[in-house]
Amino acid sequence: MTNGAEPAGNRGIHDIGGLDFGAIDRGEHPPTTFERRVDALMLLMISPSGAFRVDALRRAIEAYNETDYAHLAYYEKWVRALRILLVEQGVLTDEQIDARIAALRERAGGVQP
Amino acid sequence: MHADDHGHDHTDPDAHAPSPDDPPPASDWEFLEQALSELLIESGVIEEADIQRMMNFTESRNPALGAKVVARTWTDSDFRSRLLRDARRTLREEMDIDIGTIAELEAVENTDAVHHVVVCTLCSCYPRNLLGIPPAWYKSREYRARVVREPRAVLKEFGTTLPPGTSIRVLDSTADLRYLVVPRRPAGTEDWPAERLESLVTRDSMIGTAPATEPKA
Repeated sequence: MTNGAEPAGNRGIHDIGGLDFGAIDRGEHPPTTFERRVDALMLLMISPSGAFRVDALRRAIEAYNETDYAHLAYYEKWVRALRILLVEQGVLTDEQIDARIAALRERAGGVQP
Repeated sequence: MHADDHGHDHTDPDAHAPSPDDPPPASDWEFLEQALSELLIESGVIEEADIQRMMNFTESRNPALGAKVVARTWTDSDFRSRLLRDARRTLREEMDIDIGTIAELEAVENTDAVHHVVVCTLCSCYPRNLLGIPPAWYKSREYRARVVREPRAVLKEFGTTLPPGTSIRVLDSTADLRYLVVPRRPAGTEDWPAERLESLVTRDSMIGTAPATEPKA
């Protein structure tokens, strides 16, 4: 693992209790609009009338590879899980999402990937 | 999902809807959020108002709310007993706080003999329906990994040193069970009213990484 941690053996990527890590970064920032919106979308989707349960969110995130799990920001993990689970549940399709992202990029005047 | 699905009507003038004045998305993840929001709304799964309402609800749950609960335990020992026995029911019936359906909440009391500190080693479970969004460090791998093995060293990083005779219980939260730490009431506050006591109850004192703030001499 990174950050000087001991090898995790057969542990899941998320199962880190008791491992050796470095100093805790206690820095904080007020939540950004992106973070607040992803948080709200997730709460709506895991609510009783939503598309999936909180356990599905955990399962999706715990399936990320080690690099993504370690380095994606918290709400980046969440928004990626939203995409995975909404597609998995048949609420949206990858084609729909990719087409909309491309349209949004164009609208924003950004460079196409 | 419709606007009346939630019994809360929190209006917040600072609620921040995307508007033409907002900067365009800056990262791939922001584009993804915007794409998902738009598609979910166009598909009729949710409305923009649902997103706004959920953001406002989350903001309404914050450490100040937890501080009211803790200060009341300090001034009302019957309330404290009921909270420690059945937090969900006590908060609903006596403070009109609904902690939601996702998880149970257990309140644990710090004493001279035992100090509690809360973590979620596997993810980021937190009593968010009382205290709001957890701080970034609570979700960090460093805190999650280390506090269960070397709680005294971790507390020291937070500036908290406990007497050697005080034992530490580290509570590992789960998806189904979240914890609220009731910190010790600082000495010298015996004649303080609840409202003033609330100012001593910090977020970190309700997670257990710090004591309640000592009153200024």
